[in-house]
Amino acid sequence: MFDQLSDRLQSTLSDVRSRGKLSESDVDAAMREIRLALLEADVNFKVVKAFTKTLKERCLGDEVMQSLDPGQHVVKIVNEELATLMGGSGRELAMASSGPTVILMAGLQGSGKTTACAKLAMHLGKDGKDVAIAACDVYRPAAVDQLVTVGERAGAHVYRQGTERDPVDIAEWALQQARTERRDVLIVDTAGRLHIDRELMGELARIRQKTKPHDVLLVVDAMTGQDAVGVAESFAEAAEFDGVVMTKLDGDARGGAALSVNAVTGKPILFASTGEKLENFDKFHPDRMAQRILGMGDVLSLIEKAEQQVDEKQAVDLQKKLEKDQFTLEDFLQQMRQVRKMGPISGLLGMLPGMGAMKQLKNADIDEGELDRVEAIILSMTPAERANPGVINGSRRKRIANGSGTKVQNVNQLVKQFDQMRKMMRSMATGKMPDQQQLAQMAGAAPRPKIRRR
Amino acid sequence: MIDLGSRASANDSAAAEAAPERRGVFKRLRESLSKSRQALTEEISASLFDRIDDETWERLEEALILADAGAPTTAAVVERLEHEVEAGTVPADGVAVRDRLIEILGEVAATGRAPIDLSADPAVLMMVGVNGTGKTTTIGKIAWHLSKEMGLRVILAAGDTYRAAAAEQLAEWAERAGAELIRGQEGADPGAVAFDAIAAAQARGADVVIVDTAGRLHTQDNLMEELAKVRRVIAKQIPEAPHETLISIDATTGQNGLRQAKVFSEAVAVDGVVLTKLDGTAKGGIALAIASDLGIPVKLIGVGETLEDLRPFDPAEYATALLAE
Repeated sequence: MFDQLSDRLQSTLSDVRSRGKLSESDVDAAMREIRLALLEADVNFKVVKAFTKTLKERCLGDEVMQSLDPGQHVVKIVNEELATLMGGSGRELAMASSGPTVILMAGLQGSGKTTACAKLAMHLGKDGKDVAIAACDVYRPAAVDQLVTVGERAGAHVYRQGTERDPVDIAEWALQQARTERRDVLIVDTAGRLHIDRELMGELARIRQKTKPHDVLLVVDAMTGQDAVGVAESFAEAAEFDGVVMTKLDGDARGGAALSVNAVTGKPILFASTGEKLENFDKFHPDRMAQRILGMGDVLSLIEKAEQQVDEKQAVDLQKKLEKDQFTLEDFLQQMRQVRKMGPISGLLGMLPGMGAMKQLKNADIDEGELDRVEAIILSMTPAERANPGVINGSRRKRIANGSGTKVQNVNQLVKQFDQMRKMMRSMATGKMPDQQQLAQMAGAAPRPKIRRR
Repeated sequence: MIDLGSRASANDSAAAEAAPERRGVFKRLRESLSKSRQALTEEISASLFDRIDDETWERLEEALILADAGAPTTAAVVERLEHEVEAGTVPADGVAVRDRLIEILGEVAATGRAPIDLSADPAVLMMVGVNGTGKTTTIGKIAWHLSKEMGLRVILAAGDTYRAAAAEQLAEWAERAGAELIRGQEGADPGAVAFDAIAAAQARGADVVIVDTAGRLHTQDNLMEELAKVRRVIAKQIPEAPHETLISIDATTGQNGLRQAKVFSEAVAVDGVVLTKLDGTAKGGIALAIASDLGIPVKLIGVGETLEDLRPFDPAEYATALLAE
């Protein structure tokens, strides 16, 4: 998502890094690059100006000039400043001590409020909260129907009163219902509105007064351009929002709006919506995101994602199997499914340190279809074959290929790769690290050239 | 704005009837436009061109960047203007420079201009774009114009079978516009819905089929492939169809809009842009970058929520508004 920006900063800074000593003109050149990169990433012009000014002052300060590795120091400063620009270390939702926690969602048309409501409901539901959503978008045709469908899919109760009543009344009524029914959380979905539409902004302010939300969240499309700042300022005035939900971060938008909104309003980004599925909704970590921009990876997020998906008992079982060399294709299938639950593989790669710099890997399209084929092949095997791939002879291969709609070569390849993987895992389980060659063989049948790191 | 081919004469009477009402519509639009952004040339000259020096060009760059025109397009436009002033082909005078700038911007914005081609019978128009850019709303408005103002028989194909209640949303628009709706089950194959709609149009002698599609991010390869397939299904039924493919781009979109237009165009050969939500404070400068980089022109703009708030694109007006404070 921030790849372009990350690439540019990395190439500029790696240049600085290689010099060892910085002159003022080096810093100026780096600042020009950063300025252009940020503008291309849709960071607001005025924010960019202020940002590069602060950055330059810090980079020319004593701490950098006297440091042993000034280039590295500049990277550190850019990283720190980027994180500050995006809201420091982030914050949690404010939860009510008693009664339902009210979360009001607001934003422009098409920013993704309704979907974000359902995703947030699902997110809170996972924490064991009983969530309800109030359908207050009475303007867009069929908006209520959409909310009912996605809300219920997310396991939330949807309070609706059609489209004839005033949204302020619906919100008030929904809050009463939520209190009576002792819901933990009430999310109030509102209609998209233009920030310059006085009447509708007034309505939003009234909903806010009546429901006294614990959190007002502004939903912002990651693809927004320079105008994000104006929009955020207007919403800050009318709805006094507390935080931001960034949507559509799964595209290739460079997401500069995220930087600008926080810089101008001081409101942090709390959540990021990163995919079509209701589960694709994550807590936003500004500091980690800044590291990701610089290509330092986001290992913490990756670990957390893994923790969410991987059942601990399964993990222990797996460890035992590895030690005893009993890892089967069935286990492999389970593993693969768990990894895929964490999201698209290409997205996971972006979280690994150094991936930004590894062009080969980044541009190597991770073919999710290939993984589907692997699944299909394993599913076409009998339990005996999955437990012991050694028994798979010619006629079995043919049957498996037919059953999975693949070719015999695909089956051969999978069996071979599985064999190599098992060998590698055995050596890992016994404490030896696999060498690059082994890893490469596992990744694809042919060994890859070793990737040079800077 | 719209090429109706041989059908145009037959509908003259309907258009004539609608004419007085239409003038009222445009007056209203002008008012709402000037209200929302005070697009007045005087303001441009006041803020940008009181003196012509290095700072002028910097201010101009800033204005274009803030309008989302993007760094490369901004640099090209400013460089061209600066060069012309230096060479003396444009006098170094505030008014002359301003007028020339609007000319250049208008020229860039008009790259590849052509009317919306609905001359075929039935004509097929396909609407594509990223989620939330205003596809369904735009279709509702186009259908209303074609049906109510031009007296054409319009069929809408509810090809967004993915988003919950998308077909219901389109159904409401169809009713307002007096158009027929062909829909499938939620999760149905969008190609099949398009197929049914075109078959229905051929059987019932309808004039125009408008195919709605689900919003999708251009980075989702499988969904882009699905879109290409819908197009192939349409082309199998009528070889030249879709006769017009429009992409909706939200005027608040930043530099990513260029990627959207490029990738969608690769998948389904986009003929034009509908620049939506221009009634806000966003200037929609990304359309300039799209026209200049990809040669895809803006054909329609959306300036509000009501049915009449869709209008033809005027490059000169757009150029002027781009630089308004």
